[in-house]
Amino acid sequence: MIGAGKMKQYTNVLDRPLSKGKQEVSLSGFAFLFSELVQYNQTQVDNIAELERRLEDAGYAVGTRILELLCHREKGNRRETRLLGILSFVHSTVWKILFGKVADSLEKGTEHEDEYMISEKELLVNRFISIPKDMGAFNCGAFVAGIVRGVLDNAGFPAVVSAHFVPVEGLQRPRTTILIKFAEEVLQREARLG
Amino acid sequence: MAPVAPRSGDAIFASVERVNAELFTLTYGAMVRQLLTDLEEVEEVNNQLDQMGYNIGVRLVDEFLAKSNVSRCVDFKETAEVIAKVGFKMFLGVTASVSNWDAEGTTCSIILEDNPLVDFVELPDTCQGLYYCNILSGVIRGALEMVSMKTEVTWLRDMLRGDDAFELQVKLLKQVPEEYPYKDDE
Repeated sequence: MIGAGKMKQYTNVLDRPLSKGKQEVSLSGFAFLFSELVQYNQTQVDNIAELERRLEDAGYAVGTRILELLCHREKGNRRETRLLGILSFVHSTVWKILFGKVADSLEKGTEHEDEYMISEKELLVNRFISIPKDMGAFNCGAFVAGIVRGVLDNAGFPAVVSAHFVPVEGLQRPRTTILIKFAEEVLQREARLG
Repeated sequence: MAPVAPRSGDAIFASVERVNAELFTLTYGAMVRQLLTDLEEVEEVNNQLDQMGYNIGVRLVDEFLAKSNVSRCVDFKETAEVIAKVGFKMFLGVTASVSNWDAEGTTCSIILEDNPLVDFVELPDTCQGLYYCNILSGVIRGALEMVSMKTEVTWLRDMLRGDDAFELQVKLLKQVPEEYPYKDDE
């Protein structure tokens, strides 16, 4: 219609132009949303392991989608085939887009060949969360672990990912480490590729 | 004249810490999907989203009042303007507009052109009754209840259902005078 002045209505969400990813919301808005997510899940479970699993599943969904989005927008549809490539993608690109900064460190596990660790002094999602004593080792970083697992799984690097608190001397709050344990097939493929 | 002038939505948004809207969008999507899997009934999900929004609104209003320095709103018209211009901008980074006032000044529409919650979202046929952004109606209801206004918030237009904007109708039911938890004469 000429002179209608309305935004073109796209019937299919896939036809709409992709945003540049520069839009922002307030941190407190996100913190409120995340706290409701955790609170809702607390009502649905009986124990901490279930709660962590549910948060991880929520994060998995986020990870799947962020991988698709970033591969298309940032990397021009090229995908990573090497282990170090995908790890540095997670550590730098994914972290930068989601949390505004690259992760604090990426380390290879010393005890096992298949373990890698991404560490962060203070995870964005944990900033306004305090864990009561009776919840023991529960870490809301399970959500972020889920995001990482979603990205790795869908990029073809199946892994078991978990979040742990690591106390550091000199710091009041413990550091959070995301532990990534790759499946056997990933290491075998990596060895074959040389 | 208030000693500190109220800050504009843009100024506050520039001063608070911000996160990428996509993380926010995707987290909200994950939450809605979890609700749909657990509750299965679209009406129940709508109610649950509203309830969660209510819980958020109750706490959000404190932060809003603290950061924005708005003085007490004289009437509901001013309240609605403040929510649309300052509140939405401060938390979601988008500005809304207010329109469609009724004769008594108790009902208005808040219109959102841009909504970070619905990026990349499409409603499938099985979820046609879902108010995807129902959390927003809960937030407004919860926040206003904490400042002594009982309201009813409903969706008039929803972009996910084919309309051209998001329109929330906010209706003031009554002003509840502040009640003190103690009695003076006891």
